[in-house]
Amino acid sequence: MDTDSIHSGYSHHSNRSRGSNKQSERSSRDRHKSHSRDSSSRSDKNVTISASSAQPQQPDQGSAPTDAQDDNWGETTTAVTGTSDHSLSQEDLAGFGKETEGPVEKLNCVRFLPLALILALGLLVLVTPLSFLVLPQLMWPERLQPCGTACEGLFLSLAFKLLILLLAGWALFVRPARASLPRIAVFRALLGLLTLLLLLSYWLFFGVRILDSQDENYQGIVQFAVSLVDALLFIHYLAVVLLEIRHLQPCFSLCVVRSTDGETRHYNLGQLSIQRAALVILEHYYKDFSIHNPALLTAAKSRAAKHLAGLKVYNVDGAGSDAATAQSRAKIAAAARQRDTSHNELYYEEAEHERRVRKRKARLVVAVEEAFTHVRRLQEEEKKKLPGDEMDPREAAQAIFPSMARALQKYLRTTRQQHCHSMDSIQAHLAFCITNNMTPKAFLESYLMAGPTLQYTRESWQTRQWTLISEASVTSPLRHGSEFQLKSSDFSLVVTSKAIPHLKLSEEYVHPKSHKFVLQLQSETSV
Amino acid sequence: MSFIPGQPVTAVVQRIEIHKLRDGDNLILGFSIGGGIDQDPSQNPFSEDKTDKGIYVTRVSKGGPAEVAGLRMGDKIMQVNGWDMTMVTHDQARKKLTKKGEDVVRLLVTRKSLENAVRQSMMH
Repeated sequence: MDTDSIHSGYSHHSNRSRGSNKQSERSSRDRHKSHSRDSSSRSDKNVTISASSAQPQQPDQGSAPTDAQDDNWGETTTAVTGTSDHSLSQEDLAGFGKETEGPVEKLNCVRFLPLALILALGLLVLVTPLSFLVLPQLMWPERLQPCGTACEGLFLSLAFKLLILLLAGWALFVRPARASLPRIAVFRALLGLLTLLLLLSYWLFFGVRILDSQDENYQGIVQFAVSLVDALLFIHYLAVVLLEIRHLQPCFSLCVVRSTDGETRHYNLGQLSIQRAALVILEHYYKDFSIHNPALLTAAKSRAAKHLAGLKVYNVDGAGSDAATAQSRAKIAAAARQRDTSHNELYYEEAEHERRVRKRKARLVVAVEEAFTHVRRLQEEEKKKLPGDEMDPREAAQAIFPSMARALQKYLRTTRQQHCHSMDSIQAHLAFCITNNMTPKAFLESYLMAGPTLQYTRESWQTRQWTLISEASVTSPLRHGSEFQLKSSDFSLVVTSKAIPHLKLSEEYVHPKSHKFVLQLQSETSV
Repeated sequence: MSFIPGQPVTAVVQRIEIHKLRDGDNLILGFSIGGGIDQDPSQNPFSEDKTDKGIYVTRVSKGGPAEVAGLRMGDKIMQVNGWDMTMVTHDQARKKLTKKGEDVVRLLVTRKSLENAVRQSMMH
């Protein structure tokens, strides 16, 4: 669909422009521009220490206009033409995209600072050995001793080592930014400092020992340059170990609980700082946790409101004598004595709801199965016979959609999922299922079960700004019993960590011939 | 009928003499035995001590020579014609009972009621 690509383009731009308040300083050796490789299909998540006030409001404003046109699509859909619905959605989304592009310009320069640092360091790394080789040739060429094959060997090894260094640096450091973290990444900063220190000390030695004294031993100079490249390769090895390998071995088991509905998952992580652990957890959140549906929580809230509203406390013995705590205790005691029949209501209400959901589901399944029987893939030979009736998947989906639209909409209303699925997304999913020869059950699965957040259209999950709330400093490493919270606009994830215990594994040798058995009989013989 | 390891086994026994009945080529006694040191003693329904691996009478056929001679179901056979039956395998017990040359087997059997009877008579 044309409008779908425009849709994704808008949201992609609004995402990238939604920059970050404070970038982490990632300094490392790098040559190529990482910015052009920013075409990841995932959003930039902002993880900041202090909650910014303006941005969380915007997703609510943006989704309201799309909701208004969603509710009636079930009843009014008879024959869906190509133009009318798409133009409506395009306008809405165009408006949505424009809203969020406001506070963009001032963040750009902050965002490019670490990239500039990386490029500068990479350039310095490339230039230094080459300049060590070239400067003596330029400044005192006639006094240099010619060196033969040994130098050529050294030149070759220098060239290849530089190439390997550049490739390895590209592989390790040139990657699109996963997220912007609140504090600097300690290891990366340390590695950058180490590299800089190494380069400075080599320049110092070069300046003092070689330039000042105008050393004539060219082979010695070349060996000096080669040793620099070796040292840089070892720093790269250190970077690989510190940044990639150290946190692979799991030491902590983190329990993540969503505050609104209590959904819990456990993850095993290695030794990470709290902010990096939060990042890993957020990445897992989008694929493991089912989508947060606020419509399902309203029943519990209304019950809670009824509990509180039941009792009022009157102060008979004079004003100001009782503290507030005495009043609340009196309320609790009275409520405990009262015969509360709300559990009865809850039970019958839930049973009724269950019955209704099952009835709607049965109707939906039948409608979808019947709709799918009308569509059949055209075989190669038949294509020549019936040239006029061919349809591409999108048209086929639009043709069979009206017969199941009403049942699907009723089901989504009953399970309170109607805001997660727009008509466009349903038709797109239907076209996708038809193209891939899926059965009706496969088509329905994404509507019957609440899937992870990644599954839904980008609007519902991409506009996420998370705040990391932690008592310990966020660059401190994870410990047993550390707790932190990841707050989003509607809910928060509470994370506790436990250390994985030291496991003691002992061995017991079993001789292969030691398996002997004896029959236990119970015979009765008559004599 | 209790068995204390290391001590001789003592029991009150009854002598029973069974005359084998000739049935064609076979000589039958008219009862079935169970137990033996190669069997599982915990499944013995007649023994008091479930580790007792002796030979027990599990069934007595009605009107047969064993019933006539006074053998009852649940009796523990201690000796057959002088051969010990408290520490034999099931097959050895069967062989001792069904020797083709003998027409008569003399058993020493014990049962719980015998002990009770003796104790009662001693008390009076």
